[in-house]
Formats: sequence, C-alpha cells, structure tokens
Amino acid sequence: MKRIPLIAALAVLAATGSARAEEDDATYQARWQDLRHAIFGDRKIEDGAGVITLDAPPRALDAALVPVTIDLPGQAKIKSVYLTIDGNPSPLAGTFHFGPAADTHELKTRVRVDAYTLIHAVAETEDGRLYAAERFVKAAGGCSAPGTKDAQLAMERLGQMKLKRVGDASSSTDAVQLLISHPNYNGMQMDQVTRNYTPARYIQDIKVTRGDALVFDFESDISLSEDPAITFGVLGRKQTPITVEVLDSTKAVFKQNFDIPGNGA
Amino acid sequence: MTSWAAVPVLAALCLFAGSAAGAAPTPFVMTEVAPGIFVRPGIDEDATAENDDAIANIGFIVGDAAVAVIDPGGSEGDGENLRATILAKTQLPIRYVVMTHDHPDHVFGAGAFVEDHPVYVGHVRLRGALAERGDFYRRGLSQILGKGRAGTYEMPTQLVDGSAELDLGGRVLELRAHGAAHTDNDLTVLDRKTGTLWAGDLLFVGRVPSIDGSLAGWLKELDTLKTVPAIRAVPGHGPPVVPWPDAAADEERYFITLATEIRALIAKGGDIETAVTTVGLGERDKWKLFDDYNGRNVTAAFKELEWE
Repeated sequence: MKRIPLIAALAVLAATGSARAEEDDATYQARWQDLRHAIFGDRKIEDGAGVITLDAPPRALDAALVPVTIDLPGQAKIKSVYLTIDGNPSPLAGTFHFGPAADTHELKTRVRVDAYTLIHAVAETEDGRLYAAERFVKAAGGCSAPGTKDAQLAMERLGQMKLKRVGDASSSTDAVQLLISHPNYNGMQMDQVTRNYTPARYIQDIKVTRGDALVFDFESDISLSEDPAITFGVLGRKQTPITVEVLDSTKAVFKQNFDIPGNGA
Repeated sequence: MTSWAAVPVLAALCLFAGSAAGAAPTPFVMTEVAPGIFVRPGIDEDATAENDDAIANIGFIVGDAAVAVIDPGGSEGDGENLRATILAKTQLPIRYVVMTHDHPDHVFGAGAFVEDHPVYVGHVRLRGALAERGDFYRRGLSQILGKGRAGTYEMPTQLVDGSAELDLGGRVLELRAHGAAHTDNDLTVLDRKTGTLWAGDLLFVGRVPSIDGSLAGWLKELDTLKTVPAIRAVPGHGPPVVPWPDAAADEERYFITLATEIRALIAKGGDIETAVTTVGLGERDKWKLFDDYNGRNVTAAFKELEWE
C-alpha cells in the first residue's frame, strides 16, 4: 500500500515532462532532482564512485530492450538498489531488496526507454547511506513502441521461466540469469484486435529465495522490458534449489523451483 | 533518354513534388520481370524526405481482366506514382491491392488506391498488426516526410489464412500466409503461369534483412519457399528480379551465422550486450546498411533464441 503515493507523485513528475526528444543538461538534472526527492526525500545521496557503477549503451539499438548492468564492487553491505529511468512515464523501474543469500556484486536487467534520458542506480547500504551512479541513454519510443514480434506466442508462453547459470560453476557464488516470459504490457501499446490500448499487465514483484533464505525481493514496474531478464548472484549451498515467485498486476502468481545445472556434477 | 534541355524542367518538377502535396503523380520506369509482371525497385536507404519512402520493391501484375497491385508503396506519393504508372499502362481495373506485410515502406501508399475500390488483401494477422502499429508508424513517417506526406494504411478486406487464389483472368495468383518470419504477417504471391515468386520481405538481396518476427521461423519459411515452382523471385528489397531459389543463399547464410553464433554465446552464458558487439560481424562487408540493422537483428534473435 505504501507504494501508491509514491507512484502518484512520480506520475505527476512524468506528466510535466512529456512530449520531448532532446533537452538540455539542466532539464535532465532538474528532473533527477525532483525524482530523487520523490523517492528519497531529503536524504543525502553521495557519489557512487567505488560503491556502484551503472552501464548502459549510450545509444540504444532497441528502445524497448535496453540492457543495463549495475556493478557493486565495494565492501559495504548493500541493502537495496533502486533503478530509475528518469524520463519514463513511471520513472522508478524497480527496487531490489536483498536478503542473506544475495551476492550483490553484479546485477543486470533490461528496460524500456521512452525518451533521451538520464538513468540512475542508487545503492543503499546497511547503515542507510545512499550512493548514486548515472548514465545518459539516447533512445526513444521504448514504452509505446510495439515490442511484441509474435503476439500469439507472447500469451501462449505467459509465466514460463528459465534460470540459467551464466558464471563459472566452481565459483562460491552462483551467477544466474532469470528469464520470465511475460509481455509486461504497460498500458501504452495498442491492442491488435480491439484497437484499444492493451490494459496494463505487468510484473509487480519478483521474489527469489534459496531454501529459506531470501536472495532478493524486486519491486518492479512498467519500465521492465517484455520478457524480463535479471542476472544476479546467489550464495548458499549449491544443492539447495532456487525458488522464484512472480506476481503480476492482475494478481496472477507464477512460481517455480530450479536446480542450477552443473551443480553437484 | 532525357535530352539535356529537359533536365532543368525535370529538376524543377522534382523539387515541387518533394515540397508540396497535390503535385501531379509521375509514372515510374518499371522493370517487366516476366510477361505482365512489373516491378519498381526501391532504393537501398531508410526513409527520408528526399526519397519519399520509395525504398521497397513494389509493382503490379496484369491479367486478362484485372490488375493486382503488390505492395502499394511507402507513402502517399509513392502510391500515387504507382497508380499513375498502372493507369498509363492498362485500362483494366485495379481489382486487388495485396499487402505483403505491415511495414510502412510497403503499405503506406494504400490510400492512393481507395478510389479504385479494390479488395485489400493481407495475411490473417495483418489487421491486428496494423491496428497495433499503424498509427505509431504513421507518426514516425510523418516526422520524416513532413506533414500530409506519409499517407495512410488501409485495413485488409480479404484475409488470407493458409492460402488463397486471386483470379486476374487467364492468370491465377496463389497467395500463401506464412508463420512468423520477417514479421508475423508475411504473405507471398506465386504466379504459376510464369514461375515467378513475389517474395516480399521474406527475401532481401543486397540490403541486410531486418528481423521483426522470428529468426528460426524465417529459416523454416525459407525452406518451404525454396520448394515452390518458381524460377525467379521478386525480393522485397534488392534488384527487381533474381533467380530462384539461388537468391535465397545469402540471406540464409546470414541467418544461420546469427543463429549459430548466438546459440554458442548463450551456451557459454554470454549476454545480450556481448552479442550485439560480436555476433554476425563476418557478414559486415556483404550487406548494405549492415551497421544500421545488425545490432537490432542480434537483439531480436538473442531474445528469441534464449528461450530455446
């Protein structure tokens, strides 16, 4: 429930800044200042150097699928990571809340970008300090663009998931990629048959656990790409399966257990 | 050939055509690729105000009783010029406007034929695709060409699910609706009489293909298409006519290269960011507009193949 006022505030921010392609640096920075106050209030946000870095292509090849990488190389324990696409209609793309089974050193996901914009990743440490990293991305139309290339397939495959190992199996951390088949309709695309806007149907929450231990709880939003993908690190006994539970905005729940391939082999 | 004296007049006309709506349509110089089959090759560029989005291969087929347009063109001007070409060539009615898929460079000339009251023919999924994307495309094209020059798309009034035939009198065209490949609504036309396959954008020659449907699906549809009884094909982009099925080889090699390299990368845990900077680069010198499309193709193909 506590999310609602925040989302409303963000929507107002977005409405004041719509219909633009290129703006000047001051405008981009002003939007970030408004946004950071909406999310973090008056809390101080420090330069992320040494704590958090953010990587994204300077010019997106596909505005509906912009890969984003967040690195957290520091020693301080990270409690949460916030990802904002400042110029999007709903700028807070998602928030990771980490648990004891998380290796927080690297995160990747894919987002929609609706206009030339700054994007930010903000790390919150256990002691409550905030550190931000910033990037500028040139992309346009990622939210309203028709992303689905095969509309029939998108609904047939709804809710299917994959969890793949992407790192070295001998490492103490299991680096894995989670794929969730979901159109993540943001309410801005046109329905193929009715010519009405497709009602928003997007993933709101992704909870990953290993055994009883939380890896992360990710509050997400309409800025995630179709078929969301998240790469992350998992600690814990390699034989213990990883459980993924996804909740979408229609209250549909998709849940699956995974044994990571390569374990115990 | 044009005499030198006429050149300044032509130049003036071109400027006029480019700057104002309502300029007199100008017939194209067509290539008759087989008896009664006329093609206007598009130029290998993306849409600009200067090229009027006349970038796709478009044309028409003439029977004893009627004409079928195959792809009405990329803008209002492109469609009007095609219509003027047909009117200068034959008195027969324009009975069908066949739309090979939903992309603007192929269908935004459709409005130019409304007064002929043709049957607009498309894949069973074309209606949905245009409903979803048509306005988005029109806004984009209007920004490039200028207000009033984009033209309009027309909804298909005859939908093809599987296959269908169009009788032009003494000539029956066989239409086939394909599974997701270049788009999810690709339609091809076979003229059995001359052994000519109008492949639309299932066939790119010279210009790098763009994947807006399915890479694996496209390879599958190509396998089927290679067996149709045709000796020549009209590509959606490239020369007006090419030998069939030999001309599919380049495109097929490109797709297999992408699929092989992406699958290998996925198998070793590689990510999409690495894919866009490494996959397909051996094809770079073999295609026009490679740098404009390869990264996007790799993005689309990676997202598809990671679900295998």
